[in-house]
Amino acid sequence: MSETGGNTLKAEARSLSFYYGDYKALKEISLPVHDRKITALIGPSGCGKSTFLRCFNRMHDLYPGNRYDGEIILHPDDVNILSPKVDPIEVRMRISMVFQKPNPFPKSIFENVAYGLRVRGVSKRSTLEGKVEQALRDAALWNEAKDRLHDLAFNLSGGQQQRLCIARALAIDPELVLFDEPTSALDPIATASIEELMLELKEKVTILIVTHNMQQAARVSDHTAFLYLGEVIEFNETKKIFTNPDKSQTEDYITGRFG
Amino acid sequence: MNQPNINEMRGLIARHKRWDIIFAIVGLVCLLVGILTLLALFGQLVAEGLPRLKPGFFISFPSRSAEEAGILSAWVGTTLVMLVTALAAVPLGVASAIYLEEYAPKNWLTAVIEINVTNLAGVPSIVYGLLALGLFVYQLDLGQSILSAGLTLALLILPVVIVATREALRAVPGSIREAAYALGATRWQMVSNHVLPYSQGGIMTGVIIGLSRAIGETAPIITIGALTFIAFLPHPPVTGEFPYLSFAWLKDPFTVMPIQMFNWTSRPEEAFQHNAAAAGVVLLGMTLLMNGVAIWLRYRIRKRIKW
Repeated sequence: MSETGGNTLKAEARSLSFYYGDYKALKEISLPVHDRKITALIGPSGCGKSTFLRCFNRMHDLYPGNRYDGEIILHPDDVNILSPKVDPIEVRMRISMVFQKPNPFPKSIFENVAYGLRVRGVSKRSTLEGKVEQALRDAALWNEAKDRLHDLAFNLSGGQQQRLCIARALAIDPELVLFDEPTSALDPIATASIEELMLELKEKVTILIVTHNMQQAARVSDHTAFLYLGEVIEFNETKKIFTNPDKSQTEDYITGRFG
Repeated sequence: MNQPNINEMRGLIARHKRWDIIFAIVGLVCLLVGILTLLALFGQLVAEGLPRLKPGFFISFPSRSAEEAGILSAWVGTTLVMLVTALAAVPLGVASAIYLEEYAPKNWLTAVIEINVTNLAGVPSIVYGLLALGLFVYQLDLGQSILSAGLTLALLILPVVIVATREALRAVPGSIREAAYALGATRWQMVSNHVLPYSQGGIMTGVIIGLSRAIGETAPIITIGALTFIAFLPHPPVTGEFPYLSFAWLKDPFTVMPIQMFNWTSRPEEAFQHNAAAAGVVLLGMTLLMNGVAIWLRYRIRKRIKW
């Protein structure tokens, strides 16, 4: 396990570059992700923050013409998850993801949460039920959903659907959860409940979040990276980034002078 | 703004709006020409055929006397041929579509295959009949049988099924595919657990549209040598003794509804024309019923799925 300043690292990008065909979207990014902390990625549209996030579960492998260069090391076993020798499915079984727009399956609430377990070959009813309940509790949806587990997920409100997607991502006991602007499609109240949830979740799991909303990064994260044009301009503790950034570009962005 | 200007503008608007009215009238007339012609044809068919639509018509074999003739062998033949067509076209068409849409790499070869599949839908049905005569009847020695006819019509509707299935698969949003992949699903798990179940409404609609095209086809069936006068039924598919299922009917000679109609319309006696009209009503009814089932299925499945 590598240590930096007393903090354990869960993952580490090491001079990671990423190409969409010939276009170099990420330029030699090196970034630590601290264990059981929230790391936020901020930056203007098109700066590569979502592209960077989607490297962590090899989502780019789904589309032709994409190429990684460099490494993402996942601790504690120090495996480079970008290595062609590592099956992307293995990576996705360890690192789960919550998407920008709630995307539940058109199935029941129960089946949505259970799907990741079914993919792992769990079929015993009692195991599934226990895990689904735990995941829904962790996602603060249990009280609202416990009496309607077999209702269609589409009957939930937008904020509940996103919490369902979080429960679905948690049910598989992930080591790291990726959040790709999880509240951009939600109203302020639902947003607040998701933020509160993330703060509770970091007791158990490491979180890497992309957000457009700088207040959100300031409120929930422990560390923040500011990305611009495919490069990490500045990475530091969130408090430092938002009160006294080292780089003038970072300051311009967080004070709203550009971006 | 001053007064004369406003009046000028109002005149301009009124002149422009005249075209709205003119087009609305032209459009309505065009619509009515089509609809009324169809309704008149259908009305004439019903009026002519209705007196013959008695229970006896459905349970009698064709006969030399028009009053005793019925469509028993024709509707049984049509039903069995459609069964073979569906059993052959659905697995082949759906599997091909899944491969093309979800698995095939996007290169020039798949592009050529795609263009050809679309073009196949436009090939005249008689050409399929000729192909089937050579391949199924002679080469594979299936004879002038229900099996040959069903496979011929399956070939005919295969492009329709493939195109409709691909459309239905494509309608499943990328975010659902990504959600499944992000949980560690393989491609096959993604397809079989998600994309396929969510698109079954569209797939079934495509299959039924294909079948309602096949049910009225006459040319390819005549080409492979269906008989026009059949006064017996094929072997029953269910038997009283073990193994209870019999496939002897597949090799039986047969006739189908459109051929029975064609046969009757070519008779000189007036009474046979009434029989043809009555059979036409039944065939139309079968088609409408299938389309109704397609609409109902689509409605039921879409109700659960909103993207």
